[in-house]
Amino acid sequence: MANSRIEKLKSAAGYIVFWVIAAILCLAYHMWLPAGAIICLGLVFLPTILLDGLAKQKYIFTLLSFSALFVVLPVLAIIYLLTVKGFPAMSWEFISKPPTNMMRDGGILPAIVGTTYLVIGTLVFAVPIGLLAAIYLSEYAKPGRFTRIVRLAIVNLAGVPSVVYGLFGLGLFVMMLKLRTSILSGSLTLAVLTLPVVITAAEEALSSVPRSFREASLALGATRWQTTVKVVLPNAVSGIVTGLILGISRAAGETAPILFTVAAFYLRDLPHSIFDQAMALPYHLYVISTQVPNAPPKMQWGTALVLLIMVLGMNLVAAIIRTKFRRSKKW
Amino acid sequence: MVADAELLDEESFQKNELHVEPAGDICLSVRNLNVWYSDFLALNDVSINIPAREITALIGPSGCGKSTFLRSINRMNDLIPSARTSGEIWLDGENVADPNTDVVRLRKNVGMVFQRPNPFPKSIFDNVAYGPRIHGVNDRRELAMIVEKSLKRAAIWDEVKDDLHKSAFDLSGGQQQRLCIARALAVEPKVLLMDEPASALDPISTLKIEELMHELKNEITIVIVTHNMQQAARVSGYTGFFLMGELIEFGRSTDIFTTPRDKRTEDYVTGRFG
Repeated sequence: MANSRIEKLKSAAGYIVFWVIAAILCLAYHMWLPAGAIICLGLVFLPTILLDGLAKQKYIFTLLSFSALFVVLPVLAIIYLLTVKGFPAMSWEFISKPPTNMMRDGGILPAIVGTTYLVIGTLVFAVPIGLLAAIYLSEYAKPGRFTRIVRLAIVNLAGVPSVVYGLFGLGLFVMMLKLRTSILSGSLTLAVLTLPVVITAAEEALSSVPRSFREASLALGATRWQTTVKVVLPNAVSGIVTGLILGISRAAGETAPILFTVAAFYLRDLPHSIFDQAMALPYHLYVISTQVPNAPPKMQWGTALVLLIMVLGMNLVAAIIRTKFRRSKKW
Repeated sequence: MVADAELLDEESFQKNELHVEPAGDICLSVRNLNVWYSDFLALNDVSINIPAREITALIGPSGCGKSTFLRSINRMNDLIPSARTSGEIWLDGENVADPNTDVVRLRKNVGMVFQRPNPFPKSIFDNVAYGPRIHGVNDRRELAMIVEKSLKRAAIWDEVKDDLHKSAFDLSGGQQQRLCIARALAVEPKVLLMDEPASALDPISTLKIEELMHELKNEITIVIVTHNMQQAARVSGYTGFFLMGELIEFGRSTDIFTTPRDKRTEDYVTGRFG
C-alpha cells in the first residue's frame, strides 16, 4: 500500500518536473503561446496521475465529454453567426432576383439555380459510376494487383487538393474535350471530386451487409448479380444514400473546382442548357467578398447563409433517410 | 459419365474396409476429394458413397474437415479465394466438382441450411418465395402455392400461416431455422446439406428440426454435419467420422455408435477423444 503510493508520487513528480522544464524552456525563449499550451495541458492531465480508481475514471470521462463538446461548438457558432448576420438580407427578392447595381443589390437567384444544376449534374455522373465501382469492389473484386491499384487510386483521389481538380477539369473537360466552361464541365469535375467519397461510403455500406445473407442467397442458386441486386443493395441503401448526399453537399460548397470549369463572374440570365456557364453560390460569395468594392456585408452573409441552408438541408435529408431505414433494419 | 463413376467405385471403395457400401441407391459419389486452403490440406483424399433418401451424419472434432466437405458438395467453397479442390463429386451422372459445372443449377439441386438461422430481412412469404423468384417463377398464385407447400414441409405452416407478411426477424430462433429449411425446400432440391442446423437452438427447437428431418428423408437426401453425437445417432441412417481431413470410418449409424471398428472412432463416439 505504502509502496504503491510512493511509486505514484514518484511518477507524478517525474511528470511535473518534465512539464515544468518544458514550460520554463519555452518561457526562456519567449515562446508565450507554446508555454501557455504546455502549462494548460499539464494542469489538465495532472489529475489523471494523482487521482485513483473511480475518481480517475470520472475525471477522464469528463475530459472526454468536453472534447466531444468542442466538436459541437464550431458548428453551433457558425450557424448562429450566419443566421444573425445573414438573416437581415433574407427576402423574397434576395432569392428570386438576379443581382443588380454591380452585385451590390438585388438577389442571388442565378447563383442558387447554378449551384442546383451543378448538384444535379454531379449526382448524374457520380452516382452510377460510384455505385457500380463500389459494387465491383465489394462484391466482385478478388484480392490482387488490380484491386490494390484501384483502391490506391481512390485513396489518392480523395487526397488531391480541390484546386488541382479545378485545373484538371479545365485541362480535360474544358480544353481537351472542348466542352467549354459549362455546367457540363463543372458537373464532371465535381463528380470526379465526389467519386472517392461516394465509392468509399457505398463500399462500406455494402460490406456491412452480413455475409450470411449472401451465402443464403447464393446457396439457393442465385447468381452474384441477383444476390447483389435483391439482397445486398436493399440492405445497404441507407448507408449508400447517406454517403452520396454527404459527398454531394461537400461538392456543392466547393469553389476551386468550379472556378475554371463553369463559374461565371456575373450573368443576368439563367443558364439555358448544360453547355452554358452558370453562377454558383460559393464562387459568388468569393466574388462579392473580394472582387466587388463596397459590396454591403449583408449580401455576403446572406449568400453564405443560403449556401449553408442548402448544404445543411441536404445533410438533413441524409439523416432522415438514415433513420428511416435504420428502423426497418434489425440485425 | 455414369459408367466412369461406377468404374471408380470398384477401384477405390474396395480398398478401405472401414468404408461400408450403403444399401440401396447412391445419391452422391465422392472420389478422392482434396481441398486446400492455401497450403493447408483441409480434406485429404476423401471417397464416400452417400445413400439416397436417407440421412447421413458427418461427425468429428472441430476443424476435421466435415464442414469443408459439406460446402464442397454445393461449391460454396468457391467463395473462399484461397480454396482449391481436386477430385470428383458425382451427382446424377455429373461431376459437380468440375470447374465447368453450372453452380446455379447445382445449388438449385443441392440446398443448404446454415448453422445460424439466416433469414433475409424480408417477410416470411418473401423469404420462401426468394428461391422460386430468382429461378423465374413470377405467377402470384404459383408462388403462394410453393410457399404454402414449403412451409408445410418444413413443419412451420401452422405457426405462421396467419402472418406470412410479418418480418422473418419477428420469429424465434427455432422458427427462423425452420423457415430457412422451408426456403431451401422451395426450389425443390434433391439434396439438403445441413451444417450444424440445431447448434444455435434450444432442445425443443432441436427436437422439432430432428422430427422434420425424419419426415423429409422419405423424399430427399440429407447430409448433416453435427457436433452432437446423440443427434447423429438419433436421426441418421449412416454416419461418417472425419479426423484431420480424412474420412476414418463410414457405415450404418448403429454400427458406428455401438461397434466402431476403428480405435479413433471408438474414442471419439465414447467421448474419450482429446
